[in-house]
Amino acid sequence: MKLQVINSPFSEEQVKLLNELLPKLTVEQKIWLNGYLSASQAAVNAVVEEAPLTVTPTTKAVTVLYGSQTGNSQGLAEKYAAILKENDVEVTISSLASFKPNNLKKTTNLLLVVSTHGEGEPPDQAIQFYDFLYSKRAPKLQHLHYSVLALGDSSYEYFCKTGKDFDEQFEKLGATRIAPRTDCDLDYDEPAAQWFTAVQEALLRSTATATITNNGEVDVKGAKSSYSRKNPFYAEVLEILNLNGRGSNKETYHVELAIEGADFHFEPGDSIGIQPENDESLVDALLTALQLEGQSKVTVLEESLTLKEALQKKLEITVLSKPLLQKIAAFTVSEDFDALLKDDTAWKSYVKGRDLLDIAEDYAPFSWDAQQFVSLLRKIPARLYSIASSQKANSDEVHLTIGKVSYENNGRTRLGVCSGSIAERIQVGDPLPIYVHKNPNFRLPEQEETPIIMIGAGTGIAPYRAFLEEREELGLEGKSWLFFGDQHFVTDFLYQTDWQRWLASGTLTKMNVAFSRDTDKKVYVQHKIEENAETFYKWLEQGAVIYVCGDKKSMASDVDRTILHIIEQQGQKTAEEAKAFVKELKQQKRYQRDVY
Amino acid sequence: MTKKIVLPPQLGTPSDVERIKTESNYLRGSLERTMNDPLSSGIPEDDNRLMKFHGSYLQDDRDLRNERQRQKLEPAYQFMVRVRAPGGAATPAQWLVMDEMARKYGNGSLKLTTRQAFQVHGILKWNVKKYMQEINDVLLDSLAACGDVNRNVMCNVNPNQSALHEEIYNWSAKLSEHLLPRTRAYHELWLDGEKIIDSQDEEVEPIYGAQYLPRKFKIGIAIPPSNDVDVYSQDIGLIAIVEQDKLVGFNVAVGGGMGMTHGDQETYPQLARVIGFITPDKLLETAEKIITIQRDYGNRSVRKNARFKYTIDARGLEWFTTELHRRLGWEMQQARSFTFERTGDEFGWIKGADGNWHYTLFIQNGRIKDFEDYQLLTGLREIAKVHTGDFRLTPNQNLMIGNVAPQKKKKIAALIEEYQLTDGAYYSALRRNSIACVSLPTCGLAMAEAERYLPALITKIDTIIDEAGLHDTEIVIRMSGCPNGCSRAAMGEIGFIGKGPGKYNMYLGASFTGNRLNKIYRENIGEEEILAELRPILLHYAKERVQGEHFGDFVIRLGYVEAVFDGQQFHNS
Repeated sequence: MKLQVINSPFSEEQVKLLNELLPKLTVEQKIWLNGYLSASQAAVNAVVEEAPLTVTPTTKAVTVLYGSQTGNSQGLAEKYAAILKENDVEVTISSLASFKPNNLKKTTNLLLVVSTHGEGEPPDQAIQFYDFLYSKRAPKLQHLHYSVLALGDSSYEYFCKTGKDFDEQFEKLGATRIAPRTDCDLDYDEPAAQWFTAVQEALLRSTATATITNNGEVDVKGAKSSYSRKNPFYAEVLEILNLNGRGSNKETYHVELAIEGADFHFEPGDSIGIQPENDESLVDALLTALQLEGQSKVTVLEESLTLKEALQKKLEITVLSKPLLQKIAAFTVSEDFDALLKDDTAWKSYVKGRDLLDIAEDYAPFSWDAQQFVSLLRKIPARLYSIASSQKANSDEVHLTIGKVSYENNGRTRLGVCSGSIAERIQVGDPLPIYVHKNPNFRLPEQEETPIIMIGAGTGIAPYRAFLEEREELGLEGKSWLFFGDQHFVTDFLYQTDWQRWLASGTLTKMNVAFSRDTDKKVYVQHKIEENAETFYKWLEQGAVIYVCGDKKSMASDVDRTILHIIEQQGQKTAEEAKAFVKELKQQKRYQRDVY
Repeated sequence: MTKKIVLPPQLGTPSDVERIKTESNYLRGSLERTMNDPLSSGIPEDDNRLMKFHGSYLQDDRDLRNERQRQKLEPAYQFMVRVRAPGGAATPAQWLVMDEMARKYGNGSLKLTTRQAFQVHGILKWNVKKYMQEINDVLLDSLAACGDVNRNVMCNVNPNQSALHEEIYNWSAKLSEHLLPRTRAYHELWLDGEKIIDSQDEEVEPIYGAQYLPRKFKIGIAIPPSNDVDVYSQDIGLIAIVEQDKLVGFNVAVGGGMGMTHGDQETYPQLARVIGFITPDKLLETAEKIITIQRDYGNRSVRKNARFKYTIDARGLEWFTTELHRRLGWEMQQARSFTFERTGDEFGWIKGADGNWHYTLFIQNGRIKDFEDYQLLTGLREIAKVHTGDFRLTPNQNLMIGNVAPQKKKKIAALIEEYQLTDGAYYSALRRNSIACVSLPTCGLAMAEAERYLPALITKIDTIIDEAGLHDTEIVIRMSGCPNGCSRAAMGEIGFIGKGPGKYNMYLGASFTGNRLNKIYRENIGEEEILAELRPILLHYAKERVQGEHFGDFVIRLGYVEAVFDGQQFHNS
């Protein structure tokens, strides 16, 4: 008997130990062990049963708010709300978008989970509330007890800024902290759990923490796969094909994965997280540049492994951030490095498009040993990709649309960690560690007849393929309108034959395309929306839901301006009225965005 | 007022194309809408049929077809536009525009066709209209370059008798104009012409009628002793009769045509037959009446039997001549005598009777582009910039820089030298006498390679040619990727017609002068067998040919194949 790490509940380390032990056991030993393990499990269960949940909370009511863009904050908020409810706390949970700011006056206990995006921006859901708190209308909050859980990405300069801002502002308005704010990096599970433990202890004023049931897997939506971000499912790659025709500037991969046995449940709009590995050749180059021995043993995330394995499989080596540079500073004698750190413009421009290998080459020597070096690094974050298929249409598969990130810098070609591996290394038949990431803020309307307007550029088209596959499978008859943009018609019309088929069958009602590099004048999706302003507004009046997916900076903001403009022009509204209209659309979940 | 043309009762169910033409409202169809549909770079098949009448049709890069299907992309659709050039004549200004448009909208190359037209491949749907408009600015168009109408009228390029050529060339241009469709659809669709609502009583097409012809129709004019236009391959072959340096008229030959279908013995290539002589003033009238007979009697039910040759063969030449005389109201004279010497081109500098010079370039398979080591497109552009004469596309896909005034010759010669443009003298005479159609990757009908393969095959045959000492012996070799015959492969002394990837039927025995078809020698063979079969025959020819005997005549005399003078005997064994 040999255990495989893939798709078993054990970690690599545990599998190794088990595989060492199991073959040495006699039959009698195995039988004994079997009995022992089941008996001890029964004992554990019995203990739980004997300790009924009879804590009397000193606090009756807790409001849990979340400001979520990709669903992480919402997921955590829902999980914690459920645990509190199980412990007889009266819980109100809501997104910041649908929480009436005036209700703050009536709130005594507030937990806020909020993420930060791009250059320190709040998620869409949080903007209104954020502005309110910073406005003159913000009430005094002496009665309020609160705690903030901030999510972010430390590779950005304004790490967890929105969470920090809320935390400070509540304090300024007179509120008291239940527990200190916690800032979480991409690998947020552990710090978030610690924050929640601290919050619970404070809220329940109980030393008997054992009485709080928190199995960590409370699910608010029913059935859930046992595979998660921390324990990904190894899905076999069924197909990898480049959707861009010859001569394209781009490489966009359609990836089909087998998920039979994963017990995944996802809806159109959800994403798949992929836990990627670093490029071995980059790791080798880094080891050479650092003059470190790849075979030396290090401990990373409580696991013992070789330095090379750690750098290839566990740790992020492709992104530089201020915190990382500051940690590195302690190990270099380079004056240039110190100068770089002190100059804001210089380090910001340096980290753009550079990685650890650049540091190693530019600022050697370093005084660290292998263990000290790896201790500076964070875990490779998983990459999220919108699902491009409907589970109802393909129950055993999930399809993704992955754009290869590749650019030249300093004479070296840099590849996206995940997209680069998909494009260059992963082969059909390989296992890929994945999990489902829910995105409740990107959902088809509940009413089948509600018209939908889908706007996407590049890989932003992915969720709409899932939308239409789902609608085709279910035979839904609502009107649908797709706006798609990319560079060239001939090579970059992603999933062209799928849309043509859906247009012919009526699953897709209308489609407009914008190819920016086919003509002298650059044409983008917003121009196509503008050209169809009258019809677009008519659809809005008919209750259409707008979806925007794709690049945040270059597309989503232009589209947003165009939509405002159309509402102003076609609806004969003032700029203020148009803004209010859009705000209302957002509150009614009729303007949903999945932008990155 | 011209009354609507009503066709006599037709046999059989009309073919699909007949329905499309009937419903098209004189070639408009839904082209305006489908050419503007931004979600596909193609158009529906019905409109593509109509598009042909406008001189263009939809193709796709077949090399990429399967790959793109897997990529969930539609085929790499592109339009081919064939630009009409009666007699193959173009001014330097027109040349410069053709060159520029090929680079701007096409795939960067020009193809000179076997019917003396320009072909540009790789034009995206959104550029077709711009293309049509920009060539229109230099008085070029693609009207009726394809479709069931009279196509580009061919004419001998004759560098020797300048004045005579001018006169006969003018007749080819007049014929072309006279037989053009009269519908305004071309102007409306491509040139933003005013939309006209056609009168329901008056016939828009006084020659063709609303359904046009049952099939394509081809006319060519030869000036003996040159038969470069392959006059017997035409639906109407006109042989200029020159007496005392004056054009006195034309012998009229009817019912030639190359196309056939593999495995269908009812289809065959056929030679036109001479039925009489007419004076030049009767030319337009005669051609028009011949066309109306085909219009009324051609097979509109089965397209592969719809060419004029089958209309005649089904009823006999006598019936046809009688019907023609009835329609004309007068009778043609007895055909005059003439002699053809060759179908190929004469290369290099030739001085015309009026003192102007003409330089014929060898263009392999009619493909003009900048090759890695041969800047052909650029060289010709530089020449066009300074040239004051004309260009003439030859029926053998070569190019004549025509009417170079004596004082300009030095300048042109210098450019020819600078770009090392070749008259083919360096090549074997076999290569200089080769023709290949476009075939893969753009032609939808292609079954095997032609243009991309023949040059390499000739290189291998040249080894045998050199061994046999035949380097300077002219042998006409032609290859078509399918049996439709664009390269007139059935009239090659050595002919190849594609059967499947890498496989060809090999034909032998057509005449050097173009008055005899070839016959199948080996079926469905690949390169190794082609070379193995040709080698002993070529060596045999080198050894035992009589003085001046051409290869096509030799293989008949020695019994390799039987002579075929009537297409109805083409398949007989």
